[in-house]
Amino acid sequence: MKKFSFLFASLFLLAACGPTAGGGASGGGNKAEGDTIKIGMNMELSGDVSAYGNAEKEGITLAVEEINEAGGVLGKKLELIEKDNKSENGEATSVAANLTAKDKVVAVVGPATSGATKATIPNMTKAAVPVITPSGTDDSITVVNDKVQEYIFRACFQDTFQGVILANFAQDNLKAKNVVIIGDNSSDYAIGLTKSFKDTFKGKIAKEETFTAGDKDFQAILTKIKDLDYDAIYIPGYYAEAGLIIKQAREMGIDKPILGADGFGDEKLVEIAGAKNVSDVYYTGHFSEKAPATDKVKPFVEAFKKKYDKQPSAFNALGYDSVYMLKQAMEDRDSADSKEITEGLASLKDFVGVTGKMTMDKDHNPEKSAVVLGLTEGKETSADAVNP
Amino acid sequence: MEVVIQQLVNGLFLGSIYALLALGYTMVYGIIKLINFAHGEIYMLGGFMGYFFINKLSLGFFPALILSMVGAAVIGVVIEFLAYRPLRKSTRIAALITAIGVSFLLQNGMIYWLGPEKKSFPQAIEFKNYQLGFIQISNIQVLILVISLVLMVALQLIVKKTKMGKAMRAVSVDADAAQLMGINVNRTISFTFALGSALAAAAGMLIGLYYNSIDPMMGVVPGLKSFVAAVLGGIGIIPGAALGGFVIGLLETITIALGFSDYKDAVVYALLIIILLIRPAGILGKNIKEKV
Repeated sequence: MKKFSFLFASLFLLAACGPTAGGGASGGGNKAEGDTIKIGMNMELSGDVSAYGNAEKEGITLAVEEINEAGGVLGKKLELIEKDNKSENGEATSVAANLTAKDKVVAVVGPATSGATKATIPNMTKAAVPVITPSGTDDSITVVNDKVQEYIFRACFQDTFQGVILANFAQDNLKAKNVVIIGDNSSDYAIGLTKSFKDTFKGKIAKEETFTAGDKDFQAILTKIKDLDYDAIYIPGYYAEAGLIIKQAREMGIDKPILGADGFGDEKLVEIAGAKNVSDVYYTGHFSEKAPATDKVKPFVEAFKKKYDKQPSAFNALGYDSVYMLKQAMEDRDSADSKEITEGLASLKDFVGVTGKMTMDKDHNPEKSAVVLGLTEGKETSADAVNP
Repeated sequence: MEVVIQQLVNGLFLGSIYALLALGYTMVYGIIKLINFAHGEIYMLGGFMGYFFINKLSLGFFPALILSMVGAAVIGVVIEFLAYRPLRKSTRIAALITAIGVSFLLQNGMIYWLGPEKKSFPQAIEFKNYQLGFIQISNIQVLILVISLVLMVALQLIVKKTKMGKAMRAVSVDADAAQLMGINVNRTISFTFALGSALAAAAGMLIGLYYNSIDPMMGVVPGLKSFVAAVLGGIGIIPGAALGGFVIGLLETITIALGFSDYKDAVVYALLIIILLIRPAGILGKNIKEKV
């Protein structure tokens, strides 16, 4: 079933790519008209990954309210147009077309996931309206075939960067010399993470094992590595399988530190692994209250708690930062036209957000530090800011 | 050597789950020549029923196990009554397609109702590890193996020693003749579905407890693999299904242990093709007419 829907989605994407390939930007972009500045939100509000979309929506809404209360941008209020892409790539494409052509937004925040964001590239490029994805970490979102996508930006770091951070963390903080990799072999996300880790890590890879998404039994793999000589296990993959690996490894008596990327960042990881098994587990996060990246973190956490009565997550923070990045881009260029915002985002410098201080590099990826969060008995007990 | 034996033990536990599931396929096929593709979904429903009985009704593991086996038996009978019975005189392909439809209906119904996310199964039994010499096994693994074996033996006794079992065997040989002899064919078929579904539900709950994670799509792959197990052992033959299950479990574990984890599914399906080519009746397949 999943495979088929993926196939259809990619067909969709291919079809959508056709007419624009080589065409590049032809439209003139949208201009801010009237006394409001319209920005669009293309989010996964229902469907498979709606947890991400709704979390980002909370952050985005909070940022828009704050900006409007403080007088708006360039003397105009922001108007947020919310649309649900139902966690489907095809739907994300049509939402992108709708927002740019019908609602005439000057910029779009979202989608949250890499696949959906990639699906919107042709439409956004055609309309010449910039997009910021708060959490799409796949490298090939902003650079496709060595070509930087003119209108595509992100607020988070990309996958290869996480692999570098984790390799540095393993050798500097954990003093690991030998590492075992148990990687998901069925997702671009995990393959990218594995590659960048191996390229950076100076120690030895004692053993490399692979699995495919959906696997449940890891006894065979773990039995193989149990008696090897190594200092840490690196698991590039998502929380569903990583949770099971952690559970089965700890129950088997493997007590070595376990490392992972932001795919670990879901409370389901702890639920599936069982809280008592999740100790000495580290993963890269975009945001932590314990290691505040900038002095914006405190006021953000307070405002967020006041509005939603809960602690903000990384996805809340990334959604929030995306809106402020747009604000800064508009102010830098003193214009709210989509072309100018694009320029502003591309030359964003020393922007202070809650997920870090960032400067946009030439590939439209923000350069910022990452936080490595440590879990003990399922609770966040440490946070180290690690620089690339 | 130790590692090899530990891997074989691992394969045995995995295999006992496939075996439990394969029994349901084999019995239903044996009695009405239908490959019940919705069987994997009954396994999934079993896991979810266990989840609710333990979480919402705060039952212990064993009462919940029995309740979800009963619940799944009822669901199995209802599915047979609504979806398969009206088609009993139609072609076999019509019934097969209906089975696939029921399978999709159950998956998507559960996704619609509870969402697609993985749920963590309540850990109703405290985890413990035992060291037997160099082999390490946990109490949950032992539980899986023991419950599977007990259920398999119980099933064999029901089929061989009870009146209902005799009726099942009679229907599988010739339903019309059995009817003439005064056997209620419909009731016998319902009973077969109930038995098979109860076993699937037990497997679903055991896997939930073992892996601590259940989701609406969990039945698809194990369902297909245990179907392969049933064919491997000789579809329609009960000890064959159990044997096939263990073989598949071991094969999968060995494939991973040798470092070919990407090909573990391919190996299982390749085995299916090979067995169909060289011994279509399955390992225990004979040419006598007794099925079930």
